[in-house]
Amino acid sequence: MAILINELTRIIVQGFTGDKATFHAQKMIENGARVVGGVTPGKGGQTHIGLPVFNTVKEAVDGVYPDASLIFVPAPFCADAIMEAADAGIKLVCCITDGIPAQDMMMVKRYLRRYPKEKRTMLVGPNCAGIISPGKSMLGIMPGHIYMPGSVGLVTRSGTLGYEAASQMKDLGIGVSTSVGIGGDPINGSSFLDILELFERDPETEAVMMIGEIGGPQEAEAALWSKEHMKKPVIGYVAGLTAPKGRRMGHAGAIISAFGDTAAEKAEIMRSLGLTVARSPAELGAAVAEALAKAPPKRKRGSR
Amino acid sequence: MDIHEYQAKELLVDFGVAVPRGGVAYSAEQAVYRATEIGGGKWAVKAQIHSGARGKAGGIRLCSTVDEVRQAANELLGKRLVTHQTGPQGKVVHRLYVEAAIPIEREIYIGLVLDRKTERIMLVAHPHGGMEIEEIARTEPETILRQVMEPAVGMQAFQAREIAFGLGLPPAAVNRMVGVLMGCHRAFRDLDATMVEINPLVLTSDGQLLALDAKMGFDDNALFRRPSVSELRDHAEEDPREAGAAEHGLNYVALDGEIGCIINGAGLAMATMDMIKHAGGSPANFLDVGGGASPERVAMAFKLVLEDKKVGAMLVNIFAGINRCDWVAQGVVQAVRDAGVKVPLVVRLSGTNVEEGRRIIRESGLPIISADSLSEAAEKVVAAWQKAKGA
Repeated sequence: MAILINELTRIIVQGFTGDKATFHAQKMIENGARVVGGVTPGKGGQTHIGLPVFNTVKEAVDGVYPDASLIFVPAPFCADAIMEAADAGIKLVCCITDGIPAQDMMMVKRYLRRYPKEKRTMLVGPNCAGIISPGKSMLGIMPGHIYMPGSVGLVTRSGTLGYEAASQMKDLGIGVSTSVGIGGDPINGSSFLDILELFERDPETEAVMMIGEIGGPQEAEAALWSKEHMKKPVIGYVAGLTAPKGRRMGHAGAIISAFGDTAAEKAEIMRSLGLTVARSPAELGAAVAEALAKAPPKRKRGSR
Repeated sequence: MDIHEYQAKELLVDFGVAVPRGGVAYSAEQAVYRATEIGGGKWAVKAQIHSGARGKAGGIRLCSTVDEVRQAANELLGKRLVTHQTGPQGKVVHRLYVEAAIPIEREIYIGLVLDRKTERIMLVAHPHGGMEIEEIARTEPETILRQVMEPAVGMQAFQAREIAFGLGLPPAAVNRMVGVLMGCHRAFRDLDATMVEINPLVLTSDGQLLALDAKMGFDDNALFRRPSVSELRDHAEEDPREAGAAEHGLNYVALDGEIGCIINGAGLAMATMDMIKHAGGSPANFLDVGGGASPERVAMAFKLVLEDKKVGAMLVNIFAGINRCDWVAQGVVQAVRDAGVKVPLVVRLSGTNVEEGRRIIRESGLPIISADSLSEAAEKVVAAWQKAKGA
């Protein structure tokens, strides 16, 4: 099962013929992704790495029936590319590009809401590493081999800190159902809460690790929701204990500007809501192992 | 990106916001000239640095004669002002703004921000200006007036009227207030701002609304389409190392500690700094070399970190995803040879081709301390720093 993507997901790449997009499309295919084509305006009709290129997303939809799109176009053109994919009816869009203006994202999110919920596009990112369901499919730029297939959902803002968590888990023999990078921007497509909701409904996911960072209300909102609505254990961590106020720590969203924005405050909120919080970033895997050991045994039904 | 008060005022005037008469000055002579040009008998001489609370730090002087203006300018230019926003090292004053002093009837706070919760532009107003809005938000949050803008249509006049009446303005001033608020919102949208703040906006005895102070911040990601904003950048306000790093596509933030850090990815960088603190040390910087971590970037990163004389030990933590560790290791070895690292150096590599990467470090013959895990890396670098300090 996993969430968002599996071995059946048909994927196109927007900005397909660029160097980075080409490299990562090949890596995705190596990791099981069913890439069925791509879009580069002006290069429609060509074949690229053995796959068809289209001028518009609508043409790609008519030609290869994609379920998901990975966006690799430069930041100034990303809002346009996301809205094009949404208008063409693609259900899942993942945007890797960083550096998109905040007001563009504001418009994009408003635009996505013009469609009724059942037809609405889910956007993951921007400024993220993407999504991987290990052993099944990959819609992103992560190194696939560090993830072991398994039953823990992983949702992080940061790419490399997500890799760190996945590899610590692998070292302890813990696998991942799906890993989702939601990105480091202040306004992003899917929030921690959106992804937790999907993991709670996924029968293959037994627990979820959520790794946040300083800035913004998302971690606290997700923690509160998990307490009220989730049966599965949630393990948390918030990076940036040493971050000073008012300084942007690399990610556009990683800045302490309001009460409740600091790592310590967010970790305290998580703890007070009953989440297991990893004591340090070296103990991400260990915290998951601990939470799994404490969790009530799963009803033995179905696979596994 | 932040700009100076006088620059923000110049921008806002174009959007219909009225400000007192004033002009910028780089010397005492120019300040005196500005004062005579403005006329009247009372002026404010204001230090232009990128920080609030300049008044409390002695950066704003009220003067009644041109001689006082000259004296204030001489005292302020070159002075180091320390506010709670500048950090203990403060900021040196290079520019002044000389402005006509205004008879004030009432002070109001207005601010526009990008609200992360609603993911929209939010207008915040308070009937008592001049104070810190953060302080008000903590002590009496119910007195703050708010309006959230619908992104498709922007601020509507009724929203501005609700704020104007909510602030208890006299009817004659309400329409002026609507003009100010709509203008600030247009400036926010049209210039890709992240913040517009007028604190205080003053009501004068003759019913005018004037922006006495103005602050604007801009979205760095949108500067490519705002050349008129990016040309307002004042390099003197920026840490030269941070600016140099940005030119090379590196993300560097100077901090107070002693352990220099080079890491790929912002989240992993913050987590590694947390680990250093956990192990009893303190990071000297945040430095994200980016997902690529190419040899050139690694070399540049070493140079930046070692320019900081506080650094007593260094930690390199690279999680090679798309890259291979052997390639990163070669970059590190080369950088260490070129930069001549005098402080203890701990390197932790992880990810693709990690064995090969560690072999390259080991066989380089350089005094590099290798670590396998994040915790080991942090413990080793803190131990090495303490040992070097004691020696």
